[in-house]
Amino acid sequence: MKIKIARYMGKEVTQKEDIEYEVSLSDATLLEVLNEIKTKQDATLSYSSGCRSSICGSCSMRVNGREILACAYKVKDGDFVEPMKNSPLIRDLVVDMDRAYEFNAKAKAWQSSIKKGVSLSEENQMLNEFQSDCILCGSCYSVCPVYAVNSEFLGPFALTRVWKYVSDKRENEPQSKIDAIQTNGVWDCTLCNECTLVCPQGISSKADIEKLRMRSVASGYSDPSFASSFGSFGGASFDGSPSF
Amino acid sequence: MRSDVLIIGAGGAGLVAAINAHESGAKVRVITKEYPTRSQTCMAQGGINAALGNASDDSVEAHVQNTLKSAHGIANEEAVRHLCESAPDAVEWLDSIGVCFSRTKDAKIAQRTLGGASAARACYAQDYTGLKILHTLYDRCNALGIEMLSERYLLNLVTHKPTSSDAYIGGATFLNIRSGEVESYEAAAVIVATGGYSRIYDKHSTNSTSSTGDGQAACLRAGARLSDMEFVQFHPTALKGSSILISESARGAGGYLLNSKNERFTNELAPRDEVARAINEEIQKGEGVFLDIRHLGEEFIDRELPQERKLAKLYENIDPVYEIIPIKSVAHYTMGGIEVDKNSQTNIEGLFAVGECANHRVHGANRLGGNSLLELVVFGKQAGANAANYAKAFDKTIEAKEQAKIDEEYLKRVKEFSNEIDFYEKRTFVGNIFYNNVGISRDVKGLKEALEAVYKIQKETPMMGPKDRSKIYNTNLVEFLEFANMIELCESVLVSAIERKESRGAHYRSDMLEQNDEKYKAHTITYEENGTLFTDFAE
Repeated sequence: MKIKIARYMGKEVTQKEDIEYEVSLSDATLLEVLNEIKTKQDATLSYSSGCRSSICGSCSMRVNGREILACAYKVKDGDFVEPMKNSPLIRDLVVDMDRAYEFNAKAKAWQSSIKKGVSLSEENQMLNEFQSDCILCGSCYSVCPVYAVNSEFLGPFALTRVWKYVSDKRENEPQSKIDAIQTNGVWDCTLCNECTLVCPQGISSKADIEKLRMRSVASGYSDPSFASSFGSFGGASFDGSPSF
Repeated sequence: MRSDVLIIGAGGAGLVAAINAHESGAKVRVITKEYPTRSQTCMAQGGINAALGNASDDSVEAHVQNTLKSAHGIANEEAVRHLCESAPDAVEWLDSIGVCFSRTKDAKIAQRTLGGASAARACYAQDYTGLKILHTLYDRCNALGIEMLSERYLLNLVTHKPTSSDAYIGGATFLNIRSGEVESYEAAAVIVATGGYSRIYDKHSTNSTSSTGDGQAACLRAGARLSDMEFVQFHPTALKGSSILISESARGAGGYLLNSKNERFTNELAPRDEVARAINEEIQKGEGVFLDIRHLGEEFIDRELPQERKLAKLYENIDPVYEIIPIKSVAHYTMGGIEVDKNSQTNIEGLFAVGECANHRVHGANRLGGNSLLELVVFGKQAGANAANYAKAFDKTIEAKEQAKIDEEYLKRVKEFSNEIDFYEKRTFVGNIFYNNVGISRDVKGLKEALEAVYKIQKETPMMGPKDRSKIYNTNLVEFLEFANMIELCESVLVSAIERKESRGAHYRSDMLEQNDEKYKAHTITYEENGTLFTDFAE
């Protein structure tokens, strides 16, 4: 079986090169194949990995243009492996995720009110069970087309995290979270749904962003692009819906 | 680059310590070789123990007794009491910062039974307990604005040894994996929270490839002591082909263990050391061993064990809803680690350790499932607060540049090692010999054979080294440094296992079956002096 890997040796060597490797493994995960190449054929191949069980989020990369976890993807002959997009490439299949992760803090993705002993029903807990399955692999961030036009977009995983806390009954100050995601936030999403399609945990950031939009509207905010295009015809009414 | 408290490792223990040190008023910096949220903690599935009594009658005393029984006489009762008494508060705190624990019908935190427990005591979040705790801790650190630096690999601790008094800590040096440069970070207090060393068993381990004992090895080199290194817990149920963990909660919920004749052969909910031995004996007899959870039903499996189904399908092409799962027992948790006192401090002033890398003497010879997540919250809190208080009163001089220079020179030499021997092959070799000779069942002949092999590899290290000599993001170099750390720790494990001439918990000597309390109801201590490793037993 042959696979091709996009190699880039880092700032010291500027050119990129696609290198083909042949391995004899069958029914193997991409991570197993990469380990085989690294330990037996080419020790210079760089990639990140950790748990091997799709829970640490380290081995996210792209195969044939699609974001996957290397430990959860079964390799096929002719596959083309590349690093993730929207983050600076460091080397080979490794990108620098620092900036991506910083959006968690920029979006204030945490619980603001700490109160002990709040009773939470099974239904309350189920509300954001999926959102709290996120492993921060960054697949959604890599596939998101918004970064082509707005590099300050808070992005899918950070907004899903915000929804996790906004929807949590234990959070007493959800409004402050809603306030924090108006600029470069929920309204910048194109609702293209690519994030949902690549999420290894089955989370839909698009759906979470839609829910956050509804909350935003309910608390007086409106879609700024919508408001500005109608802006000259009058302001927004008291509940945030445009008035004509 | 100075901070009051430097925390090495961003798993559960490191982040709890960071939050508590910050809340005690210290300027905190966390450094990890991965990213926060990628550590071993995210792999913990089963739960976190606390005698809440939400699902069945329970008491702190029962939790204490279960823990002590499982520890086979070498846990410190005072430490165990502190752990179990603090457990309800620990869970309440996690709940208050937003951890999504599963709930009961009456809106309480749900609890389930794990091995060795007399009650349903483990609070859980499906089989994502560790993941959800770790991510919530990370969010909390963001809320507090705690500095977290990623992809920096620990090289050495910086210690100062004035002739007139005891050694004290001054920071640590790191390889910035991205830039290839050595960096030094000075700090009044350092907390090591770098996880366990189960990867010495290589592919025969459930652990992340990052569990390479970097912190223990650095502590050993710096003059700190390790204890109980021979006690390695084998998890009864890992997937046969890939060593991927199948949570104990599968058995807690009623899963059976079967041999090839479809017979049950053990009490599935005995402590892990007993179940692992029973499985091993079946395998020695030539039997295959399987976990059967089919009778739990698809709805239950999808609700409570979603990861298990996904992983069994992916790695074994088995759907546990319809088929039995082939399993074996593999290295899962290292009870031994950096020796700390009841304040989480080592014998080096200002150097603290917490989590799996440390030995707080609460697990003894065999850890109880659900106690490791608990340990990192209870002792993480303590270590963070103590380190902050120590740093407040600190008035000595520290200087880390010197160590950085030594490490730069060392890395330069390592890149010139001759490469006649492939260290990846040796890593596999060591993993196999440890699984066979230093595993679930051991005897003196096998242990000595393994020690010879380890000595040989230590001598041959300059003939290995990385093949990749580049600077930027050189994972080949990092893996070689990890391997060197593991080889250092292998010696500690082996001399401890040879010296402990008895069977106790996870340390099962087929040539010394009796537990000998008269001589060995004690902790095995290993420490290094002038490059030589010494062993001792201490109360």
